Amino acid sequence: MQLVAAVHKDLLLQWRGRAQAIAIFVFGATSLLLFSFAIGPNAEALRQHAAGFIWLALLLSSTLTLAESFQSEMEEHALEGLLLLPADARALYYGKALANWAQLTLLGVALVPLTVVLYDAPLPRAGGLLGIIMLGAAGLSGPGTLYAAMTSQTRAQQTLLPLLLFPLVVPVLLASVKATSLLILGDPMGQLRSWTILLVCFDAIHWSVCGLLFDRVVED
Amino acid sequence: MERNGEMRAYVLGAIGVALLVWGSWWGLFWAPRESFMGDVQRIMYVHVPVAWNAMLALTFAFACALASLLRGGWKWDSRLEAAMEVGVALAVLLCILGSIWAKPTWGVWWDWDPRLTTTAIMVSAFAGILALRHFVDDPVKRATWSAVAAIVAFVDVPIVYFSVRWWNSLHQLQSSPETVSRAFHWPLRINAFGILFLMAGMIDLRARVAALRLEGELAPPLPESGREGVR
Repeated sequence: MQLVAAVHKDLLLQWRGRAQAIAIFVFGATSLLLFSFAIGPNAEALRQHAAGFIWLALLLSSTLTLAESFQSEMEEHALEGLLLLPADARALYYGKALANWAQLTLLGVALVPLTVVLYDAPLPRAGGLLGIIMLGAAGLSGPGTLYAAMTSQTRAQQTLLPLLLFPLVVPVLLASVKATSLLILGDPMGQLRSWTILLVCFDAIHWSVCGLLFDRVVED
Repeated sequence: MERNGEMRAYVLGAIGVALLVWGSWWGLFWAPRESFMGDVQRIMYVHVPVAWNAMLALTFAFACALASLLRGGWKWDSRLEAAMEVGVALAVLLCILGSIWAKPTWGVWWDWDPRLTTTAIMVSAFAGILALRHFVDDPVKRATWSAVAAIVAFVDVPIVYFSVRWWNSLHQLQSSPETVSRAFHWPLRINAFGILFLMAGMIDLRARVAALRLEGELAPPLPESGREGVR
């Protein structure tokens, strides 16, 4: 019950702060535009790297989404107030992580048409791609929410969040890029299943471990 | 008591240095020349022991993080900081030694091989946690957060390894006394123990420095009555 209330609260917060979400989308779109300058106007090379670019744009944007999600909780000690209610710390974590996951999934979906237009990437199966975006976004939001809770209370939070999060989510980046690339460029060797399983395992492990540890982060 | 503890760290370090000098002398001048790689293979006598001990230091850091969260003693926080710092330093040294060995044998300084890439990712993950410690002023929060981050990072290491292994592979099987000829055993073993003693001395000494800083930060008043003594 507390979880439903927490998810509702976080989704409502995101809806009311949608201007921020739009700004983050513009940031992701600008990143996609900039990546093409690193490769040059070679259409074939751009198509080959399209999957990597979309995930890098999502990864960079995720730090903004995650940091922003705890900004409002820090104002006037809102998080402390919630914990004093008393609200269960795990419900607060899963509520926040689910809301971040929803926002990152939406962002990933919104970046796909732009990738198709900019890099001339063939449009993959919508269901498969949505599944990979959902799994990849879960991999970013699970540990990302835990780290955002820590770094939002520190000095130099803009530096610390990516510093802690990026090395940790290397498997998510690798598996999501490979899976998306296989969906875009074809999968003659049937490797998609292995990468999907890796993403599922990463998500399951990190959502459980981070959920267990979250109360220590906010209650101490 | 205080002096004895400090002495122990120096004695461990001195034993380590002596063993390292002995093992390296053996490896450089007595051990036979490897038939395929030639003299460049002699870097194995430091590269492989550094690899084992870097993993050992970071595993110890994980154990300290668990103990710090579950049992809550300040000594575990000091040991966590020390083990992470020494582990990161050894892992950086491992990458440098590996690059020096890779250039003449593989023809490149770096390759995106699972073990190399996982080590590099581990370095950046644990260096990030050390950076986090520098930006948190409250010792209680610093201890809890760095323990949480160390546990999450350590749990991630096998997943990183498998993901990179599926992605690409080139590194040979890891060397151990069982995979190398008997003629190469002794320098490898002696150096492994040399680095182990040196590492233990460094972790001990660094933990003392961390504990002294904590003493300064905590006194007075103590933020929590439940926490036991600093050391």
